[in-house]
Amino acid sequence: MNKLNFLQPDKNNLNTYLYTGVILVALSIFIVFLNSFFNKDIISFLPGSISFFLPLILGFIGLHLIRIDYSGLKFLDSINKNINTNNFNAFLSLLIVFVVIKSLPPLLSWFIIDANIAGDSKDVCTGSGACWTYIKIWFNRFMYGMYPNAEQWRINLSFIALAFLGTIGFFATEKFKKYLTLYYVAVYPVIAFFFIFFFISGGPIFFDFSYGIIAAVISIIIGFFIPSKFKMYYFIIVPITLYILLKYVFFYEELIELGKLEALEWVETGAWGGLSLTFIVSFFCLIFCFPIGLFLSLGRRSDFPIIKYFSIGMIEFWRGVPLITVLFMSSVMFPMFLPEDMFIDKLVRVIIAISLFEAAYVAEVIRGGLQALPRGQYDAAKSLGMGYWKMHILVILPQALKLVIPGIANTFLALVKDTPLIFVVGLLEIVGMLNLAKTNPEWLGFAMEGYVFASVLFFIICYAMSKYSYNLEQKYKTER
Amino acid sequence: MSDKIIQITEMNKWFGDFQVLKNINLEVEKNKKIVVCGPSGSGKSTLIRCINRLEEHQQGSIIVDGNELTEDTKDIEKIRAEVGMVFQQFNLFPHLSILDNCTLAPIWVKKMPKKEAEDLALQHLEKVQIADQANKYPGQLSGGQQQRCAIARALCMEPKIMLFDEPTSALDPEMIKEVLDAMVNLAKAGMTMIVVTHEMGFAKEVADEVIFMDEGMIVERAETKEFFANPKSDRTKLFLSQIL
Repeated sequence: MNKLNFLQPDKNNLNTYLYTGVILVALSIFIVFLNSFFNKDIISFLPGSISFFLPLILGFIGLHLIRIDYSGLKFLDSINKNINTNNFNAFLSLLIVFVVIKSLPPLLSWFIIDANIAGDSKDVCTGSGACWTYIKIWFNRFMYGMYPNAEQWRINLSFIALAFLGTIGFFATEKFKKYLTLYYVAVYPVIAFFFIFFFISGGPIFFDFSYGIIAAVISIIIGFFIPSKFKMYYFIIVPITLYILLKYVFFYEELIELGKLEALEWVETGAWGGLSLTFIVSFFCLIFCFPIGLFLSLGRRSDFPIIKYFSIGMIEFWRGVPLITVLFMSSVMFPMFLPEDMFIDKLVRVIIAISLFEAAYVAEVIRGGLQALPRGQYDAAKSLGMGYWKMHILVILPQALKLVIPGIANTFLALVKDTPLIFVVGLLEIVGMLNLAKTNPEWLGFAMEGYVFASVLFFIICYAMSKYSYNLEQKYKTER
Repeated sequence: MSDKIIQITEMNKWFGDFQVLKNINLEVEKNKKIVVCGPSGSGKSTLIRCINRLEEHQQGSIIVDGNELTEDTKDIEKIRAEVGMVFQQFNLFPHLSILDNCTLAPIWVKKMPKKEAEDLALQHLEKVQIADQANKYPGQLSGGQQQRCAIARALCMEPKIMLFDEPTSALDPEMIKEVLDAMVNLAKAGMTMIVVTHEMGFAKEVADEVIFMDEGMIVERAETKEFFANPKSDRTKLFLSQIL
């Protein structure tokens, strides 16, 4: 047997070091585990400070003993490489493991073991843990705000339709692929806008919209059988004619008034709320702020002084004011500048305000990408005879936008998490509804559950977005 | 018949206070191959960048194929489409495949149908011998292959004039030959070419005339044989003694 040197473990006495080390580490973890889960302190016979640090010391020595380079054991090597490279890392690893073990029992007991979910009143919440009954009872309000219960199918249907129309791009055949960009940039936002503002909002105006949809659907279906030569004229003339026919000939207003077609009940935007409002606000702000930001970033680099200074002014102004004041202004000041008989809905004003605000940030992010491109790309595009727009659309922007995907994702995430601020104008999305619910006299004292619930929802949304942006990055990676 | 495709008269250009080009007078006839040489910073690159107005000149006139280059930029895109350019750093579009690099401008600038543009591109890629790489991305190709692709891309616009801005300076010696071969073939096919290069072997092989520039001026312009056999100015002699 070789000489043992516990200060410098080596390969010759691998087994001795390994067993001693593993036993020490296991012992240290076991002590902490017992202490944390069963509240038993098996080393309490030792003086206070020693018994407090003993697991750490034991584990530290154990990790030191198993730190053997090129031991030949794959598992041991990977542990050493990842969490046990030197004394300091070993110490940090131990500390993290202990903190996790220590914090598991209280978390588990609050979330699951001592929590209540049964029943439908505050009285069932007797345990010391969370009261999920509260979330269960208020769930509907957290999702839909003050929207009438009987009409909530409209929100569900709209979101399902929008999700369907949004994912349709993934199933497009080769033939339609080239129209996808046009669809997502120009057609989809308009459809979404009408869907939400006329379908969810309801009222007589919805009928105008429904004629439009019917006209569009019929003409698209017929459109497939039209020779491509006439397609352009067809798509300009036929939908409009159909719309006019529907509106004035087939379903004229008297029919509605006679009650033969019942209009959707009108729900004012002030009653919208909850998670669905979070979605609506985030969705529209995202699709509006991106193009605005794009044009501002191009404008800032323009050679024409008017465009350039206008863009700089816009960007610096919106970046320079706090969002909360912008929202406040949009609701209080803005209507004063409008003519008396003109009315713009509160929600629309808020969406415009947030879009402009975030557009300034998007603009600067995109400008960063534009500046990262070498001048040679511009030269090459110009030398091939491309003008400003062709050069930017075909060569510059595809590369610049690819570069700034992480930055844009950052801005968008911030936007989603900024939406709760719309409470200043009286719109209650999910966090607003939480604040409302926690002050309800029947349900006082459950703020914690509410905020945890909201955090989890926001985390799911934001994590999905960040994952998606990461996938985009991978998808458009062409270098190497 | 002397058919002048490029006419530069009394052209001056400044970068700020610094005058890069002084009193340039240059006429290039159709189908001529001209090599421009000279030390770094002598204004060679700026001169040919002025010809398709990637740089603006401040004085004098440049007439390309009967159109004068002026402040009015409406026609400039038309002129640029007729003047192909190959850069030192290749400047391929990294987000597009080799084939798409070549078809992009014909499809969007010349409104050529996609099928036709692809056939044309493959034909030119075949000429520079990289047709087999058509579906790769620029980042996957060697420097020499990228530069040949850049030549093919410029040719796809079917230009009347080709400008080369030190096309081999960023390449390692083994790749220089494959690019020069492509250029020699192009020259033999009768293209009007202006080439900024330090490759004197190439100049001797294909150039009709050689221009020597120094400090923003054209110091000497002569037939190729004459230029190498008995240069007139002392500056040219010094330059040639160092480079050959």
